Amino acid sequence: MEQVIANSLGFPVLSTLIFLPLAGAVLLLLIPRAQEGLIKIVALFASIAAFIISLPLFTGFDKSTHVMQFVERHEWIPAWNINYSLGLDGISILFVLLSTLVTILCVLISWNSVKTKTKEFYISLLIVEGAMIGVFCALDFFLFYIFWEAMLIPMYLLIGVWGGPNRVYAAIKFFLFTLVGSVLMLVGIIVLYLYSGRTFDIVELSTRVYPYQMQLWLFWAFFAAFAVKVPMFPVHTWLPDAHTEAPTAGSVILAAILIKMGAYGFLRFSLPLLPDASKAMTPVMLVLSVIAIIYGGVICLAQTDLKRLIAYSSVSHMGFVTLGIFALNMQGMEGGILQMVNHGIVTGALFLSVGIIYDRTHTRQIADYGGVATVMPLYASLFIVFTLASIGLPSTNGFIGEFLIILGGFTSNQWAGLLAATGIIIGAGYMLWLYQRVFFMEPGPKVAGLSDMDARELITLLPMVALIFWIGIYPDTFLGFMHKSVEHLIERVNTGGMHGPAVARSIIEVIK
Amino acid sequence: MQFLMPDIRPLVPEIVMTVLALAILLADLVIKRKETLATLSIICVVLVASTFSGSLGTSFGGMFLSDGYSMFFKIVFILNVILTVLISVKYIGVEKVNFGEYYGLILFSTLGMMIMASAGDLIVLYLGLELMALSTYILAGFIRHDIRSNEAAIKYFLLGAFASAFLLYGTSMIYGLTGTTNLAAISEYIKQHGLTGNPLLTLSMVFLVIAFSFKIAAVPFHMWTPDAYEGAPTSITAFMSVGPKAAGFAVMGRVLLYALYPIKPMWTSVLIPVAILTMGVGNIVAISQTNIKRMLAYSSIAHAGYALLGVIAGTADGLASMMTYLLIYAFMNIGAFAVIIMLRSEGFKGDMISDYEGLWHTHPGAASLMIVFMFSLTGIPPTAGFMGKFYLFASAVSAGYMWLVIVAVIFSAISAYFYLRIVMFMCMREPRQTVALSISPSISLALAITLAGVIVIGVLPAQVVNLARIAFP
Repeated sequence: MEQVIANSLGFPVLSTLIFLPLAGAVLLLLIPRAQEGLIKIVALFASIAAFIISLPLFTGFDKSTHVMQFVERHEWIPAWNINYSLGLDGISILFVLLSTLVTILCVLISWNSVKTKTKEFYISLLIVEGAMIGVFCALDFFLFYIFWEAMLIPMYLLIGVWGGPNRVYAAIKFFLFTLVGSVLMLVGIIVLYLYSGRTFDIVELSTRVYPYQMQLWLFWAFFAAFAVKVPMFPVHTWLPDAHTEAPTAGSVILAAILIKMGAYGFLRFSLPLLPDASKAMTPVMLVLSVIAIIYGGVICLAQTDLKRLIAYSSVSHMGFVTLGIFALNMQGMEGGILQMVNHGIVTGALFLSVGIIYDRTHTRQIADYGGVATVMPLYASLFIVFTLASIGLPSTNGFIGEFLIILGGFTSNQWAGLLAATGIIIGAGYMLWLYQRVFFMEPGPKVAGLSDMDARELITLLPMVALIFWIGIYPDTFLGFMHKSVEHLIERVNTGGMHGPAVARSIIEVIK
Repeated sequence: MQFLMPDIRPLVPEIVMTVLALAILLADLVIKRKETLATLSIICVVLVASTFSGSLGTSFGGMFLSDGYSMFFKIVFILNVILTVLISVKYIGVEKVNFGEYYGLILFSTLGMMIMASAGDLIVLYLGLELMALSTYILAGFIRHDIRSNEAAIKYFLLGAFASAFLLYGTSMIYGLTGTTNLAAISEYIKQHGLTGNPLLTLSMVFLVIAFSFKIAAVPFHMWTPDAYEGAPTSITAFMSVGPKAAGFAVMGRVLLYALYPIKPMWTSVLIPVAILTMGVGNIVAISQTNIKRMLAYSSIAHAGYALLGVIAGTADGLASMMTYLLIYAFMNIGAFAVIIMLRSEGFKGDMISDYEGLWHTHPGAASLMIVFMFSLTGIPPTAGFMGKFYLFASAVSAGYMWLVIVAVIFSAISAYFYLRIVMFMCMREPRQTVALSISPSISLALAITLAGVIVIGVLPAQVVNLARIAFP
């Protein structure tokens, strides 16, 4: 069976997706800074163009196979056997689509709220988009690392320059946490590269068998990078600061895409490359996931800051994702991937919503709000959709994801499933309480007289509402993408290491 | 007695350099506009570089080696001269030291480095080292009316003299043991006479390593670095941080991996603690600096520590990665110094980190360049700094020093803090004063070259890597 399916769209679609935003950034560089209107329009067009180009991926994807599709491959650094190779499978494709969609919304939401250094803001945003797509498309471990790290620069600037009052602290914390994790992964990548006879090819690497002891070391090296990004307990402490202090667009990108890269890393690298170690470490990962779910949820109850509350809820939700992934069964893993998309949509939408009201009141304190439903009824009705989706009410996307995860978790370990389910109850508690404090009761002095959403703001939120119900009512559109890939991944994990082809081969030799 | 004329072809670049450097010293007497001398110096080194291709070979009975290894370093030295001269032209005018011998001294110093890179004999090595060092001492104290510049020169001179003494002492002991100063013959002798466990040989190796550690500013022989870097004219700081350091690494690689290869376990056990200390002290002390030149001095110490990993690896890939790193370091470090020089203007020093507050708001172009160089020094892709570090780390891991690489990456992550502090000052603080940039065409050209180097090597490192690897057939 062939390993990959070449790109058949007639143009290098993935390269275009990566470099179109970068080209947009270069174009912005050439526009004089006084022409802010033009800058915004160019940024918007660049992001919309990327989205349109990503649509053929959605329609042209072959769901009947797990192999990499839309593959592009060029020699890059022959001396080190590094190739520029890109491709997508059922695990990565949804994130590319989510990235292109979310960037448009980020451009729209920042339209009026970013007032200083507009040009640099949109340049950073577009560079982030290119790097994000690169992370999900890379089929060469070295290339993956380049994109993974390159994104730190614009993200650091986004948080540190356009963020809230405590932005400098948050930005450096974000940078250092991620960097320490990443460089440890780099050592792991080098070890893997040398062991496998100098190749970085992910498809190739994930067919090899590595000694168990080495797998364990590599697992923790990769864990350092991915767990920080997810973020898993106990390395989650950068997230509340970064999410809270970042400008709205920054928070949305962090929540919707960036932290997904950690979980994606587990799926793309830890599991298929290090199947035995992953299996052996499952109990640890499940415990950490459950702690994140419950601890993240309980912390939310104590928050007084809107964005901080949603940030901590991300810790809890990402706990579900890692729980699903490390349940190591079909339901859990598919639920985990779907929940990543769901969390991207819902938490992205929540941050967008907070951004909308923050632009009007310039306060993030929950105590300053109350009675918003009276003055902004349309806003309140959309916000309740996001709240309920976050809780996981049936017919919203959150339900499908969390249901699959708890099902998978329960199959894998009853206690994990049971404890995770209590996390949903806590989630209902803090989200509904938040809604009550912000939207009900009499309007306070800061809230009275606010105008409801305008058309631009409505357009930013509507795609999210549509996706919430689409996934909630007919999830198969999205689950269909991943069946084959997840099946293949689970097979690899279960038969991986020494028990797979190597054992079969030795049995054949014995028979001979 | 028959007199055999040695083959002088391998020495052509050095001979051309000597003649042209003398010519520039003399031209200083008749040329009133010193900027012309700058142009002449650049033409001079380009001429020297053009003689490289025909100069491969060995001469003077193995005392002088012109091979791929020395060639690569000479390219770094030539690049160093070109960039230094480009950032100097306006700057030495601002410092009111626009004298012609400045350029002559730079060329002589570079001549010394070239001789070092080609040295196949400890005596030739010493000759080159002294020529380089003496010229650099003068350059460090070139701002005669500035007390800090004088201090820099005196400190650099005193400690440099110590280093020379160590070198000579080590050389004399090796000569006493083996009866030769020729690197190839030393290695032969050690192997044939089973001297690998000889304590005197170990001691002389330690002395040589100490001497080289002074030149590359490795801890604990780095004491001169912060003061010399801070006090010296900024253009010379840039020059010193690249040229003499690269030359130090060139001779270190040559002596340790050529002459003293039979006792590799000995010198790796000396170099490993030195490398860890160098990375540790460099990166940690840099965090608390308030002067940007001092900060870059400690950063330069730290980078010597990374490059030492390549020497410790002791393989062809190890040396190639060390060489690649030094070339990349030349681009990113001189680039950073070029930005520092732009801030220096009449009556404004511009070397405090606080002077960079809000630079992104007042001068977005200069600040953006600085951001690129800072991220490259941190080693964040897609800049050249990352590629260099990756190559170093990969070759050290493949030589079996994984734990050392883990230490290195941790320190590398720590270094992000102080490089990013500059970015933070520039982008995330409001400007407190209006800083006038002294921009000139030559400095813009230098910035364009360094930026292109950092980005192009970062995105397409294949050519540079190949160039370093062909040095080892």
